[in-house]
Amino acid sequence: MSLSVENLRIAYRTLRGDVQAVDGVTFAVADREIMGLAGESGCGKSTLGNSLIFIEGRMKHVGGTVELDGKALPISDDRAMNHHRMRDVSIIPQYAMSALNPTKKVGTLAHDLLKSRGMKLAKVLPEFRRRVALVGLPENVLEMYPFELSGGMRQRATMVISTLLNPSLLIADEVTSALDVSNQRAVGELLTEFRDLGYVKSMIVITHDLSILAQIADTIMVMYAGKLTEKASASTMIDKPLHPYTQALLSSLPEVGVRYEDRELTGIPGRPPSLLSPPPGCRFRERCPFAYDKCVEDPPFMELLPGHQVACWKAADDVAGGAGREHNEASATPSGGAGDASPERGPSLGARAGKGAE
Amino acid sequence: MLELDKVSKLYRSGTFGGDFKPALRQVSFDIDRGEVVSLIGESGSGKSTLGKIVLHLVPASGGRVSFEGADVMQKKGRELHEYYRQVQGVFQDPFSSYNPLYKADRVFEMVRQEYFRDMAKDAWQAKVETALETVTLNPADVLNKFPHQLSGGQQQRLLVARALLLDVRLLIADEIISMLDASTRVDVLNMLVSLKRRGLGILFITHDLSLGNYISDKTVILRHGAVVEMGETQKVFGNPQHRYTKSLLTAVPQLHKKWAPFDWSVNASAVPASNGSPTLAPSTPPGAGQPAEAKRYSKSSLSPLHGAKEEVGAARGTHAVRAGAVLAEDAPSGPRPSLMEMEGGRWQRRRRRATLTEVLAESAPPPLVECEPGHLVAIEK
Repeated sequence: MSLSVENLRIAYRTLRGDVQAVDGVTFAVADREIMGLAGESGCGKSTLGNSLIFIEGRMKHVGGTVELDGKALPISDDRAMNHHRMRDVSIIPQYAMSALNPTKKVGTLAHDLLKSRGMKLAKVLPEFRRRVALVGLPENVLEMYPFELSGGMRQRATMVISTLLNPSLLIADEVTSALDVSNQRAVGELLTEFRDLGYVKSMIVITHDLSILAQIADTIMVMYAGKLTEKASASTMIDKPLHPYTQALLSSLPEVGVRYEDRELTGIPGRPPSLLSPPPGCRFRERCPFAYDKCVEDPPFMELLPGHQVACWKAADDVAGGAGREHNEASATPSGGAGDASPERGPSLGARAGKGAE
Repeated sequence: MLELDKVSKLYRSGTFGGDFKPALRQVSFDIDRGEVVSLIGESGSGKSTLGKIVLHLVPASGGRVSFEGADVMQKKGRELHEYYRQVQGVFQDPFSSYNPLYKADRVFEMVRQEYFRDMAKDAWQAKVETALETVTLNPADVLNKFPHQLSGGQQQRLLVARALLLDVRLLIADEIISMLDASTRVDVLNMLVSLKRRGLGILFITHDLSLGNYISDKTVILRHGAVVEMGETQKVFGNPQHRYTKSLLTAVPQLHKKWAPFDWSVNASAVPASNGSPTLAPSTPPGAGQPAEAKRYSKSSLSPLHGAKEEVGAARGTHAVRAGAVLAEDAPSGPRPSLMEMEGGRWQRRRRRATLTEVLAESAPPPLVECEPGHLVAIEK
């Protein structure tokens, strides 16, 4: 088990009180796994990614533990974390295109970074050059300033530098968002290739773009308003999502070949709740078309089908009802809400999922 | 309604602005009433420059932009004021389009001061509310609020509502969806569809092919400032002819289909051209597969690491690398090499710098041929 996160809670200190950006998150990433982390802006996905490597001043580690390769990661201790940064955990920051220092050559930047880890650039230079060539950058990129590189090239340069010490975990935060499609594809495929070549043991890819994750991720985890809503393998998530939020998110994506004349897509009305004082119960309740009285209770993040975790009362009901009818799904019994499986809810969810998959 | 005829734009570059960099090369197309034309291209393809030229924000270096038959470039003063009554733009970043110190609906007040000074307060209020309803916003939700109290989608729709207060007939929408979340994106797209049904012409500038495909009637694909393929959307996307269009289409991430392996070295002549387009010239085969960097950064190939490169060559089997090669290939086509000449075994800059007209002539794009009715493709070199 490469990474396991237990009940992690991260808050932002503000003048009006603490904002719970990551609220009790528990998950694991296996060796050689690429986990996609998706959600709307402000759902806490970047905060979760950042907290695994650097808890900055305005962030507060409220609780929870992180374990990497069997050893505890001291995320709240900035000094102790220094030893692990870049060696064990590394990050490709959001807006990596502008993460490079404009006054320094790419090689100088790498040299400084390595020096801060107590290493010499000369030692890793041959490997550095090999990887630079691998990602299709010119060999003299080390002697170039960031402004001499295009956006896609800068993104690739940042990737090479962050993974230079073969970290166990790489956090890729919105690496494809600012790029055009051909660069998106190139960078996406490089991420999987870095994993295949063993430069990175496991990876968390943070993005709001589910279609990119469908291409490169093994598992996908969706967050909403600081909480986990659903986690499953990528194909299950795309084809048979259980949480209404994931379903709505997927059905609002325009795909190539879809035109407004044929099928008018619908967005999700409303906005996520404020995290300053989040309402009790399911946080998607207000925007959810299926919400019912049980939703005022907080739904647990439970494994409804093997390898498929969902935090939704209705999905739990549906699976409990569906498993009874289909009699073959060896589903784990949901911890609650199995009693009132109302029959009319099942078909409506099925119909919606079917519509999304058309 | 709007006609672009061989519009070119050269930006000055170099230390003293003595060089020219072609951003647009003889782009021609037109937009009719109630038509959505999507302009698709990568970053740096000149698509935003084109939007700015139509909005009279930057002057064109050559060609003609005409709106209802009148030359846009010649407009000034009173005429330009009237032009903006009919043509408006909305830009990529809604968060920086507002002044954070003022309430968001101040943008409406600015329009009133500029164009509707005589209108009574009640009538104006009613007009604002109609405009907000058209963009599917609830007036109570957005009026009297500061920009930070609104979501990105609301801000973007508010800006479109501002344009609708005028008798706008053409909207330049420059990447207006890109900064929005997936859940609000579709609302803005659907709103554009309803505006189009009311007869508004829209120039939809984007790098996202699926968005362009969803909404547009016509598609223009730009590369390095020149049109590589244009025509009715279904034809361009259903039957792409240019190698570049194909490579873009295979790169679009889809939910239910993995990235198809795309042979980046394929050339147009190898693909059976449908409807018989004999005019498509055979393209030169090498280029694509081999790293373009090697050609351009010739200095490095002399370095002692030259050997190391061969060793890496084996690893260069990935699409990613090849994608990079296709992208880098022929980037500064046209004028750059001809500004240099060989002297004493080294490339040197010419004594005399090329003039604007020379660069314009040199940067002429490959001609377009019609491969089927309503579908034009650039001849590949």
